[in-house]
Order: sequence, then structure tokens, then C-alpha cells
Amino acid sequence: MKMTSKTVLLLGALALSACTDPARLGGADATAGGAGTAANAGIVPGSASDPTSPAYFQQSIGDRVLFPVDQSNLTAEGQATLDGQAAWLMQNVAYTAVIEGHADEQGTREYNLALGARRADTVRNYLISKGVAGNRLRVVSYGKERPAEICSEEACYAKNRRSVTVLAAGLTG
Amino acid sequence: MKRLFGILACLCALCAGVAAYAQQPLRLDITQGVIEPMPFAAPAFVAENAAGADLAGDIARVVSDDLVGTGLFREVPASAHISTITDFAAPVSFPDWKAINVQALISGAVSVSGGQVTVKFRLFDVASGAELGQGLQFAGTTEGWRRMAHKVADAVYTRITGEGAYFDTRVVFVSESGPKDARQKRLAIMDQDGANVQYLTDSSALVLAPRFSPTGDRVLYTSYETGFPRIYVLDVGSVQRRVLESAEGTMSFAPRFAPDGQRLVYSLTQGGNTDLYSMDIATGQSTRLTSAPSIETAPSFSPDGSQIVFESDRSGTQQLYIMPASGGEAKRISFGEGRYGTPVWSPRGDLVAFTKQNRGRFHIGVMRTDGSRERLITASFLDEGPTWAPNGRVLMFHRETQGASGRSTLYSVDITGRALRQIRTPDGASDASWGPLQ
Repeated sequence: MKMTSKTVLLLGALALSACTDPARLGGADATAGGAGTAANAGIVPGSASDPTSPAYFQQSIGDRVLFPVDQSNLTAEGQATLDGQAAWLMQNVAYTAVIEGHADEQGTREYNLALGARRADTVRNYLISKGVAGNRLRVVSYGKERPAEICSEEACYAKNRRSVTVLAAGLTG
Repeated sequence: MKRLFGILACLCALCAGVAAYAQQPLRLDITQGVIEPMPFAAPAFVAENAAGADLAGDIARVVSDDLVGTGLFREVPASAHISTITDFAAPVSFPDWKAINVQALISGAVSVSGGQVTVKFRLFDVASGAELGQGLQFAGTTEGWRRMAHKVADAVYTRITGEGAYFDTRVVFVSESGPKDARQKRLAIMDQDGANVQYLTDSSALVLAPRFSPTGDRVLYTSYETGFPRIYVLDVGSVQRRVLESAEGTMSFAPRFAPDGQRLVYSLTQGGNTDLYSMDIATGQSTRLTSAPSIETAPSFSPDGSQIVFESDRSGTQQLYIMPASGGEAKRISFGEGRYGTPVWSPRGDLVAFTKQNRGRFHIGVMRTDGSRERLITASFLDEGPTWAPNGRVLMFHRETQGASGRSTLYSVDITGRALRQIRTPDGASDASWGPLQ
């Protein structure tokens, strides 16, 4: 997954430089100096400060939504995050997304795969209800196979019961 | 991977001078609850030629380990032996074995020539001085010597307990390495005691829950090779694999062979909903078996192929159900406290093994197919995924330890809960599937 995000970042940056847009200025600095500084007013294409970047989607909007134990219902906080995701996806039409569903380790393997699928599908349906085209959104469940946090306590479990919207560059089919 | 060898097992009366049947057979009745392990001795097998010397001790050791591992036998160690056996055909000095309280004596002989090993053995009831059953001889390749030892142990075990054999079997499982949040998984196969591990896939894609075919020639498993879970069938001999048909936008997993080896039952998820389907492996033709908004997964056939036990949360929590193999009305069989999953029908047909979660603990348990006589036989932070030995008396499952450094290990246990034993593997291990007697 890490590799995918990096690839996406790179592609995102390429897509941006090919487009017009807000931060031509930052471009050179970005390759030279990495993170944008206060001096160049901040917006580095492809970085988290660029609102059209996957990094911004991940960090500022939030790529994940958390779920209660053994549930696939969205919380109010989850809905707010998904509202942001939907708006972003509507504006950045060059991206598709794979919605990953995950579960914590307190469950059997097959059940957790099915539970993760329910969560991912709930997110997909919500994004569609907010106007995102269904053919841009695929779902996959990892069950308990890919925990984000590895402790065996509720603090970690809470972060593992999640969906993650993973962006991919590419026009919709 | 080649089929190791064809085994030659020939029944032969090895010594005409010894009575073929004991008058009062040595017998261990394991239908009773707690039993006293039967003391036995398996002195180093006699090397009948120089080339056999290397294996003679090793074979006796594996025979002993198999028997001791059942919890039904206790080895009287060589250090306590009064006499040695140097000639397989010579009369046994029974008073020497009686004096150290040996009840069952196993004598054996090994010869090796031209890459072939031949193993002979005899089993004696020390109390009566009679031979139990006839002497047996097994032959195979020298690399496959452990199988000869397992066959000897199987013969001893079945003669004394009356139960079916299970030592000469293999297990397919998932080998796990790396940290919990970046775990690498690949399919592996090994002997039931953990020896001879070989890998069937690399770890480039996540793989889950391999399941042996009834004859052990193929394995069904789930892989994320395409980025999405799909069911594959792998030929154990050639290690060739192929993906089974599935529609775009769906996930398929939890496959299990039907007893005829021609069909499978599995879970398919579409639009967030998971149901059960069966498929003809040759044609790829699928039939839908359940149609409910709940989760239906972890299906397993009855040994006669007429019914399927599975788990569903249609009642609100994970519970076990049985339905006809063609679908139709399902009957709930689990009613205890907690959640029940991963049911597996016993090869004898009498029991269903399952994983139970209750009050923050996981258990492996068994119940009758009507749901009665539920018995939990293990408990830990996370015990999961039972699989039956072909004799229906022993289960293997995986146990995962708690915390950031949590690791998964395979264990075997008798269905009475006795003889819990770790199976040593090179890396972490999970999702075992016990194959048939070879």
C-alpha cells in the first residue's frame, strides 16, 4: 500500500505539472528543496499543501473512516470525512479509488473478510450518494490481514476497524 | 514437487515361530475420559546392513515421537532398558521388558540398498509375550524414511487403540513472516509432525486458508494476486495453479472441496454482501446456495457430501448452521454463549469442530451435528481454524499470541482436549488443512 501511495503521488505531480495551475511557482523549488517553505507561499504541487494532491486527500481530508466493533454503520465523524472525500473526488476527476475495508483481530478470518467488505461497500455507497460515479470506486476487503496498528488493545483495534480510500491515477473506464 | 514415492507395504508373517494373535490383546480404550498413558519401548531398530545403520535409530525415534505426541503412550527411555534387541528374528526376552514395566514393545529392522529403505517391525504385548498383529514391512526411498517411521507408528497406534491411522499424512498451511502490519504469507506443505516443509507459493501476494482436496492432490486457496481476493486451485505435484472463474467487482474466498473432489463450496461477496455458492471445478459453473443480506461464510461439507455446515450472522451474531448441499432451509445448531465460526465437519461425520469467541477469549471446540454436547477443548487470546486429522480424533489449529510481537503457531490436540502440542515450523504458521492418509 505504501508503494501504491508513492506511485500515486508521483503520478499526481506529473498530472499537475502537465495541467496549468495554482502553483507553477513552487514547482522548481519542490524538486530542489523538497517541502515548501513559508517564503514561497506554500503550495508545492503534489505535496500535502496542494489541495489537488493525493497527499492533501490523505492528510487534510482524511483517507480513512473508523467503525464501531462488529459494525459497518457510519458515524457522524465518518460521514463528515466522506463528505470531504466525495467533494474532492468530484473535483479531481482524474482519480479513481479503491476502498479497502479492514477489521480488527478480534474475529475469525473469513468473517472479518466479509465484515471488511460490508464496511468498504458502505463507504462506496455513501460516496455514490454524494455524486461520485460508481465506476470510479472499487472495493476490496483485507479483513484482519493488514492492521494499521499492531497492539492488542482497544486503542489499536479502534484504528484498525476502518476503511481506507486509496487513490489511483487514471481515467475511469 | 514430485510425489515422493509410491510406497510398498506388504503384509508378511515375518516369523513363523511366534503366535500371530495375542490371547488377551493389548488394548487402550480411548473412549473413556482420562487414561493412563501406556508405557512402551521402541529400542533402536536393528540395522540389517551397514547402510541401514544411519536410519535405524532415527526411525525408532520418529515412531516414539508420533506415539508420545498422542498423549496416549509414554516412552520408557533407552537408559532404563535392561536388554537390547540386536537380532530382529531372535526370541524376545520378555522378563527384561516386564521388569521395567513396558507394556508394548516395538522391535524393528532397517536395511538400505540402492536408495531404497526397507523397514520391518513387530509389536509385542509384553505381559502375555504374544505378538500383536503380524509383522509388517514397508519400503520406499531413503529420502522418504520418515514416512516408513510414520507407517510403523500408524500400525502400532491402530492396533492398540482401534482408531484410524493419521501419522503418515501431510498438512498444507500458511507460512508467516515479518511484523504484524506487514506480514508476508505463503503456502507451504509439511508432514503432520512439522518435518519436510516445502513452499508452494512465494510471498509476493497475500494468500489465505489453503484446503486440501480429499485425495491430497490439489489445494484450494485464496490469493490477492490480482489485488482482489480470488480462489485458486493448485496442483500439489506440479505446483501449477489456476484462478477459478469470478465476476469483476466481486471477492471470492473460503473455498472447500466437496468429498467428490469435483466441486467446491465458497463465499462470494458482491455489493458488500457475502453468500455461499458451489462451483463445478472443471466447468467453472457456479450455483448460488444462499441469498440473504447477512454474512454466510466458512462452509464445510459433510463427509457424504449431502449437507453443508457454515457460519452466518443472520441472527445478529455469528452462529453455525447446517443446510442441504444444494441450498435450501438452514437449521441453526449453535446456541451457547458467544460467537461461533469456522465450522468443520469431522471425517467420521459425528462432530463439527469450530472456533468460538466468548468474553474476549477464543476457543477451539466440538459439538455434535445437532448442536448437542458442545465441548470447548482449548482457550487462549486467539485460537482459530480447526482442521481434522483423517481419523477424526485429533485437531490442528493455530494460536496467535497477543500484542505487537504477536506470532501465529500451529498446535494439535486430541478431541478430549488432551495432548495439546505445538507443531514446530521454521516461521509463523496458520490456516492448517490436514490432508488424507497417504
